[in-house]
Amino acid sequence: MPADTTLERGRPLTGAELSHRADWIRLQTIDLIAQAGLGHYSSTFSSAELVATLYYRALRLRPGEPNWPDRDRFLLGKGHVATGLWPVLADLGYYPRDWLGQFGKVGSPVNDHPNMKLAPGIDFSSGSLGHNLSVGAGMAIAGRLTGRDYRTFVLTGDGELQEGQVWEAAMAASHYKLGNLVVIVDANGFSGAGPTSQAMNIEPLGKRFEAFGWTVREIDGHDAPTLLKTFDELPDPASEEPVAVIARTRKGHGVEFMEKQPQAWHLGLLNAEQYADVVAEISARMELANG
Amino acid sequence: MAEKKMVDVFSDVERETAMTANPAGYAVTELGAQDERIVTLAADMSNTVAEFIEKFPERYIECGIAETNSVSLAAGLASAGLIPYVYSMSPFGMLKTCEQWRTDVDYNHLPVRLVGRLSGLAMGYFGTSHYAVEDIAIARTMNNTVVLSPADAASCVALMMSTASLEVPVYIRIAEGVGKVYDEAPEYEFGKWPRLRSGGDITLIGHGMGTGLAAAAAEALYSRDSIEADVFDAAYLRPYDEAALLASAQKTGRVLTIEEHSVVGGLGTIVAETVARAGLSVRLDQVALPDQDLEVGVPAELYEYYGLTPSNVAAKARNLVRR
Repeated sequence: MPADTTLERGRPLTGAELSHRADWIRLQTIDLIAQAGLGHYSSTFSSAELVATLYYRALRLRPGEPNWPDRDRFLLGKGHVATGLWPVLADLGYYPRDWLGQFGKVGSPVNDHPNMKLAPGIDFSSGSLGHNLSVGAGMAIAGRLTGRDYRTFVLTGDGELQEGQVWEAAMAASHYKLGNLVVIVDANGFSGAGPTSQAMNIEPLGKRFEAFGWTVREIDGHDAPTLLKTFDELPDPASEEPVAVIARTRKGHGVEFMEKQPQAWHLGLLNAEQYADVVAEISARMELANG
Repeated sequence: MAEKKMVDVFSDVERETAMTANPAGYAVTELGAQDERIVTLAADMSNTVAEFIEKFPERYIECGIAETNSVSLAAGLASAGLIPYVYSMSPFGMLKTCEQWRTDVDYNHLPVRLVGRLSGLAMGYFGTSHYAVEDIAIARTMNNTVVLSPADAASCVALMMSTASLEVPVYIRIAEGVGKVYDEAPEYEFGKWPRLRSGGDITLIGHGMGTGLAAAAAEALYSRDSIEADVFDAAYLRPYDEAALLASAQKTGRVLTIEEHSVVGGLGTIVAETVARAGLSVRLDQVALPDQDLEVGVPAELYEYYGLTPSNVAAKARNLVRR
C-alpha cells in the first residue's frame, strides 16, 4: 500500500473476525516454531486475541511509513511472544512475507524477541522483562512534549510485573498524567517456572494499578466483543490518567492440551503427531467460524 | 599534614575545585538553547541542571530516586526524536543502570547521554556505596557508546558541547577533584587525545583528574630530573586514540597511566591490551585504585592515601624510567 496510507483507529472488525485472526496467529506461530526448532507457544497463545485487537482494530498505523511520527506505538514488553507478531506485521505490509522464512536463522531480522534495529514495525526492542513500561512512558512524555496525539501501548506479562522497574514506571506515568499510555497485562497466571501466584504474588492487580493512579479495566482477554468495546472506549489520549487493561487470559488458550498443561508448553517443540493435532483443532474451529 | 575536611559535594558553590562552576550543567543549558529536542532528566539531582530547568522548565523530567527508570524513559524519549541528557550520581548511573543502558540505549543506537556527576572517590566520606571506580570498565564494553572523561571544567564544557553532533549513546564521567588543566576550552577531535607536552623518556596518560596529575608530574620530572615526558589527555576512552598511544609507546618504551578508577578495566587496561596486541615491548605501570576494599574518608585525604598526587605520579614515573 502507498506509504501515506493510514490505518485509522477503530477499523471495521467483527468479533468473529477477531477470533479468526487470533487463531490464524496461533497457526502461524506453530509453523514458525517448527521452523526454528524451539519456541514460546502457550504465552503467545494467551496474547493472540490481544495482538489481533490491537493490529486489526485499535492501533493507528502507517505500514508503508513505519517511523511515521504520529503512529500509535506498540511495545511488546513480554518480548518472548514476538513469534505471534511477525506474521501480523507481514500481513499488514511492513515487510515481505518471505522474511518469515528466515525466522530463527543467523542474520534474520525476525527472531524470538523483537529488535527495532532489524525489523520495520517494531517500535522498541524487548527481551529484558520490566523495561518496556518505562520506555513506553518515555514515548508518552515525548508525545506530550511534541504535541502529538498518538497512544503508546505496552503489552506485559503478569510475571513481568514482579520486576521493580515496572512500578517505577507506573509511578512516573501517573505523576506525568500520561493518559496517552496504555498498559495491557496479559494476566495468564504463569511465569516460566510455574504459577505467578506461587513464585511471587502480584494480586490484586487492579487495586495495585488503581493505587498507583491508573484507570483500570479488568476484562476477559479472550472475549472478542469485550476486547472490541474496551479498546474502542479507551479514554482520550489527552486525558490525565494512564490506563491499565488487565486482560485475564489462559496460558495456552486455543489448544486444549496446552491449556491443561500451560507450563509444559511455555517453551518447547511439538512433535509431528502433536503438530497435526494442533493444526486440526485450530483449523476446525476456524472453518466452523467461516461456515 | 594539614587536616582536611569533607566539603559539601552536593553544593556547586561551596566546593572549591575547578568544577565549581558546574560546567556540565552550564553546557547542557547552552546546548538546550541551540536545539529544542534536548531534554534533561535526573533522579533527585535537579540541582545539577538548575539553570536548564530555569530556562526550559517544560523540558526537564524529574525522575525521583529511580535511576533505572530514568535511563529507560530516556530511551523512549530518544526513540521519539528527542535528545535526552540523563544526570545521575555516578555510583547510581552507569553502575546501577548498566543493563538498562545496554539493552535500551546502546543496543538500539539511541542518542541518550548519561552524565555521571561525583565519580570516583568524590563522595568518599559517605562510604564505598557512593564510590564509582568500576564504571569505565563497564561502559567501555558497550559497543555503541562513546565514553568521555573531562580533565577539568574547560574540558568538560568542550566535550559536552561536542556531543551536539553525536548521534550515538554517550557516557560522560565527571570527576570532581580536578585542578585546572586548560586555560581555555580545548578543541577536541573525535577519538583523539590532545598532547599536553612532548618528550621522549616516558609517556604519561591520564583522564579525569589523572590528566592534571600527569601534567603536574611532568613539570616536576623535567625541572628536577630533566626527564622529558609525552603527556596525553585521554578524554576519549571509547573510541580511544590507539595511533597516538602506539606511536608514543614505541618512542618512549614506558607508559604510566593515571586515573581515579580501579586498576581493572579502565585506561590502564586499555593501554596494556593495546600495546600487547601491537607486540610492543613496553614497561607499564598504573596510578589507580587497587583491586581491593577501599578505605572511607574525605576525598582529599583518600587521593593522598592512594597516591593520586603529582608527587606519587612523578615517583612512579622515575621508577619506570630507571628500570
